[in-house]
Amino acid sequence: MFEIFGIPSQALFGQLLLGLINGSFYALLSLGLAVIFGMLNIINFTHGAQYMMGAFAAYLLLQHLGLNYWAALVVAPIVIGVTGVLIERLFLQHLRKLDPLYGLLLTFGLALVIEGLFRNVYGSSGLPYQVPEALQGGRNLGFMFLPNYRAWVIVLSLAVCFATWFAIERTRLGSYLRAATENPVLVRAFGINVPRMVTLTYGFGVGLAALAGVMAAPIYNVSPQMGSDLIIVVFAVVVIGGMGSIMGAIVTGFALGIVEGLTKVFYPEASNTVIFVIMAIVLLIRPAGLFGRGV
Amino acid sequence: MMERALEPSVLAKPRDRDWSLGIAFALMVAFFVIGPFVLYPVFLMKALCFALFACAFNLLIGYVGLISFGHALFFGWASYLTAYSAKTWGLSPELAIAIGTATAAVLGVVAGGLAIRRQGIYFAMITLALSQMMYFFALQAKFTGGEDGIQGVPRGRLFGVFSLANEQTMYVFILVVVLAGFLLIYRIINSPFGEVLKAIRENEQRTISLGYDTERYKLVAFVLSATLAGLAGSLNSLVFQLASLTDIHWTMSGDVVLMTLLGGLGTVFGPVVGAFLVIAMQNYLAQFGQWVLVIQGAIFVVCVLLFRRGIVGEIAQLLRVQL
Repeated sequence: MFEIFGIPSQALFGQLLLGLINGSFYALLSLGLAVIFGMLNIINFTHGAQYMMGAFAAYLLLQHLGLNYWAALVVAPIVIGVTGVLIERLFLQHLRKLDPLYGLLLTFGLALVIEGLFRNVYGSSGLPYQVPEALQGGRNLGFMFLPNYRAWVIVLSLAVCFATWFAIERTRLGSYLRAATENPVLVRAFGINVPRMVTLTYGFGVGLAALAGVMAAPIYNVSPQMGSDLIIVVFAVVVIGGMGSIMGAIVTGFALGIVEGLTKVFYPEASNTVIFVIMAIVLLIRPAGLFGRGV
Repeated sequence: MMERALEPSVLAKPRDRDWSLGIAFALMVAFFVIGPFVLYPVFLMKALCFALFACAFNLLIGYVGLISFGHALFFGWASYLTAYSAKTWGLSPELAIAIGTATAAVLGVVAGGLAIRRQGIYFAMITLALSQMMYFFALQAKFTGGEDGIQGVPRGRLFGVFSLANEQTMYVFILVVVLAGFLLIYRIINSPFGEVLKAIRENEQRTISLGYDTERYKLVAFVLSATLAGLAGSLNSLVFQLASLTDIHWTMSGDVVLMTLLGGLGTVFGPVVGAFLVIAMQNYLAQFGQWVLVIQGAIFVVCVLLFRRGIVGEIAQLLRVQL
């Protein structure tokens, strides 16, 4: 054990780790928001509720079908992603020609409906979800104790973020997607089914949120309001990063998680607000966001 | 061409302007004068405060096209400052309200100055985030009383003469202030300043090219809206003799958006109707617990999909008048 700036290394690295964990969720969620915004020009306010639904899906799969964490990691994002596809088909596709603020209002309303329904059934208190057996325990790294599950969350979210970046920036399908973001009419003229791509993109973004929810379930309790406060922080992350770049969303998410963790060590009173303060500073210095393209 | 946030056809009927608005205003005043004889006065006072809150919000979304998702910031902090100055410093109600409202104005300058640096959808996210930041400040600050809020705020004597502890005096006071605020907003949107705001809503680039400093116009509109939202929050804290975290939570920002959307974005009377309906719903459905949240969310969805003009907007369209 040693000290850095008068802080025991255990505390410092412990909070840094927690920051990285939070950062993983910020990155996954802001990535989903950025992907959805790119295709649909909608800020998906339901994103927090969909993250919560992912966590609940993991919980319910275990309770009622006996499916463990590893199965939930695959099944939950698909199931919630499908509900996302339904939402796009039922509601969002009708808003395509309208001012984007209607998309915000509609998805906000959906978030209220979903959160309200879950609160009716499960109340407001959290439900516990066990860390999977293979990832229980942890190892002592000398300067800190690293729980296995937390290490897994960071590695998995980095892998998912990178895979998403690769799929969008480096594959043929991704190039269609980027082209359709720039000019949907022209891409349609090349014989690509853009409306279907839009629907699937929304489903994919929602699936990412649900995946984050499954990963969060063993760390935080599963509760109906777990998404609503998180989504506001993620909005601030998105404002800071700007939604123009996939990599920007990932980097900003992780970086802000770390900053938040460090704030918890050095000035705990500000840890809830530090991301919003950074947002205000970025707006003053670089109104378009760190990775933004225009407003 | 994208459909605008509101349908200009509702607004552009100048020849019918006077009589339809006059009749509607008379009906509204009559309703609130007769109201306390039929309905619970505290409920009506709450509806009046939220009507002013929604009208202030509508000034921004309806006439400048900016959607703020953080108006609880101004409502809540004005409410805290009024409650604190009335209770701890023992200030008279008019001074306490002035302090609360001034606080909202200052916060409006800061939040508006930051938020108008980005447009559209970002504007909504920034206002929401700033409001959440100030929510955490309220949660941690000593003077706000944390989870308990500031309770037992004395209503005091207005100008040292009229005791507001009397329910009837309080009602008249609230009604007069809210109507004054309502008329002020009407005056603002029909002034040359208001015309520039509408021009910004329709086409900001063109307004800039006509030589208007649109940033400044947007900031002034934002501050006016924040100030009036603060006035509403100050009044509300005196009505309930309480300032609490509920007033500043993001759900409060959502409520005011819902009121305005339901009543009709960009209509003169829509926010009043919407506020009354939403408050009534929250009151009478409170026993159903979380279903209120579900119903409110469902109203959002239905409004956006089926009637974007809102109740008053649809009536105005049907009767081909301005309301």
